[in-house]
Amino acid sequence: MLRYLALKAGRALFVVWAAFTLTFVLLFVLPANPVDLLFDPAELNTVTPEVRAQVAESYGFNKPVVLQYLARLGHALTGDFGNSVQSGRSVTATILDVLPSTLVLASGALVLALLVAFAIALVATSTRRPWVRNLVEALPSGAVSVPVFLSGILMLQIFSFQLGWFPAFGDRGVKSLVLPVITLAIPVAGPIAQLLVRSFATEFRSGYVTTSWAKGATRSGIIVRDVFRNAGLPALTIAGITFGNLIAGSVITETVFARQGIGRMTQAAINTLDVPLVQGVVVLVAASFALINLIVDLIYPLLDPRLRAALAVGSPRAA
Amino acid sequence: MTVPLDTLAAPARRGSARPLLGRLGGLARQPVLMVSWIIVLVVIGWAVAPRLFTSYSPYEGDSAASFAPPSVEHWFGTDRLGRDLFARTVYGAHTTLTATLLAVLIAFGIGTVAGLIAGFSGGIVDTAVMRLVDVFLAIPSLLLAMVVVSVLGYSTQNIALAVGISSIASFARVMRAEVLAVVTQDYVRAAYGLGRGRLGVMLRHVVPNSLSSVVALAALEVGTAVLAVASLGFLGYGAPPPQPEWGLLVAEGRDYVATHPWAAIMPGLALALVVVAAHRISTSYRKEHRR
Repeated sequence: MLRYLALKAGRALFVVWAAFTLTFVLLFVLPANPVDLLFDPAELNTVTPEVRAQVAESYGFNKPVVLQYLARLGHALTGDFGNSVQSGRSVTATILDVLPSTLVLASGALVLALLVAFAIALVATSTRRPWVRNLVEALPSGAVSVPVFLSGILMLQIFSFQLGWFPAFGDRGVKSLVLPVITLAIPVAGPIAQLLVRSFATEFRSGYVTTSWAKGATRSGIIVRDVFRNAGLPALTIAGITFGNLIAGSVITETVFARQGIGRMTQAAINTLDVPLVQGVVVLVAASFALINLIVDLIYPLLDPRLRAALAVGSPRAA
Repeated sequence: MTVPLDTLAAPARRGSARPLLGRLGGLARQPVLMVSWIIVLVVIGWAVAPRLFTSYSPYEGDSAASFAPPSVEHWFGTDRLGRDLFARTVYGAHTTLTATLLAVLIAFGIGTVAGLIAGFSGGIVDTAVMRLVDVFLAIPSLLLAMVVVSVLGYSTQNIALAVGISSIASFARVMRAEVLAVVTQDYVRAAYGLGRGRLGVMLRHVVPNSLSSVVALAALEVGTAVLAVASLGFLGYGAPPPQPEWGLLVAEGRDYVATHPWAAIMPGLALALVVVAAHRISTSYRKEHRR
């Protein structure tokens, strides 16, 4: 068990370190002249050589790459990713500023997506009518096929401009949160629903369900008592993918609805080539992804006794 | 005694060898699948020969007909400059689909080779490749593609490259899993027993028998890549404005969505329809080729 833990934790740490290194190579080493990236392309010609030298000095670009890398890595270990080129503020503070807004949006979307995905799986399993099942099962692949920017614009057009139920832009109050949350929930719900529909169907055909039938249980009783408990768990295995979808979706959702947040800030940082900020965001996202997968790996055996047994058998040295 | 072994060593490739007519007959019984194929083929037609589908120019508009709503004359309506939006969507298919194709080819090519090498060599090579794959999977593809585009510069080719790079990892993972399953098969051991070299076994037996899952993934990836290309175009990382590219068309129409909703919604719906159709086709392919 300890070995399993150490292996998983080691892999998570490796991913974070490698994401840091990858972004360092991409953003600081590959560009022919990283100093150029620090200036607005339109104003590049007006920058004097003295200013360039000064900037290179302050960012450490005149030192050997290895030293730059080690210095940045050392600072990153203490949570310091340098200063944003645009605002001059520290990258960590800039990210922490907009993080709550994205967290609210993403957690709202995640809850809604889970509700919808479970509802789809329940309806698809419990209905006796094939056409209802086919229709409901087609929903998830539809959800992942519609571009987020299109569903966002459709939401705006219908519920904001036509019906006037919700404000179109801004991030004040619960009302302005409704449309972005729905928009972001659609692509997130799709893969979860696909997985749940499959796992509900598998469990519904399994032996213990036959036993329950034989004991005279009703269809809905079986689904709620037997299938639901066993089939919900696999959704955890795509927690990492779900997180990725939430991040990617929030970039577009925040742009469409002009909301503050990590996604929109990242887009702005990439547009202005704010290299330290981009690196900070990528490392933060990779670290969160690795942490989520690590947590899932660690709690999954706790939730699923079958896996716990397999682990104990697999490693005799288990404590 | 080599004869029976040799037949053992050359398994039938998976996939159906049904005659074309039988396939078409099967298609007629699945109307949704048939419509999906028609949509995809029409859009490929747009990309190859846009002139056949519209007589309007995608660049020159009639400023008197600014923001005309969808009608018989202008199927998708017109934009601010009076340009026919259907024509712009038709001509935009070329940009978007070429980028998609390029992206899928890059991901398929590099990912398959990486997965093959990892799965076939095992040991430290396998570990190294798979840990690298972990890192790529830890960064959401859209974010990774945005970073890559920002380094390479904004253009449709670079979007294709970025989208391709960001989906290499999933191809590598699927290919490796397939290769690991195939190398334990009897016919692979038999081929070794017959004295074939590692490279020969790999090319002759392992590659053809591991490809079908990866091809299914590629089919699925087409839909995903169209979305990714259009999303990056929407965010403004692709072709510069006068060009018609699907994501860009939606972004241009977005500013007028309150008053002239069709400008953003019609090209967006066309895009969504293509992705839905591509997903439908790849799902049926995977069902057909499931072991």
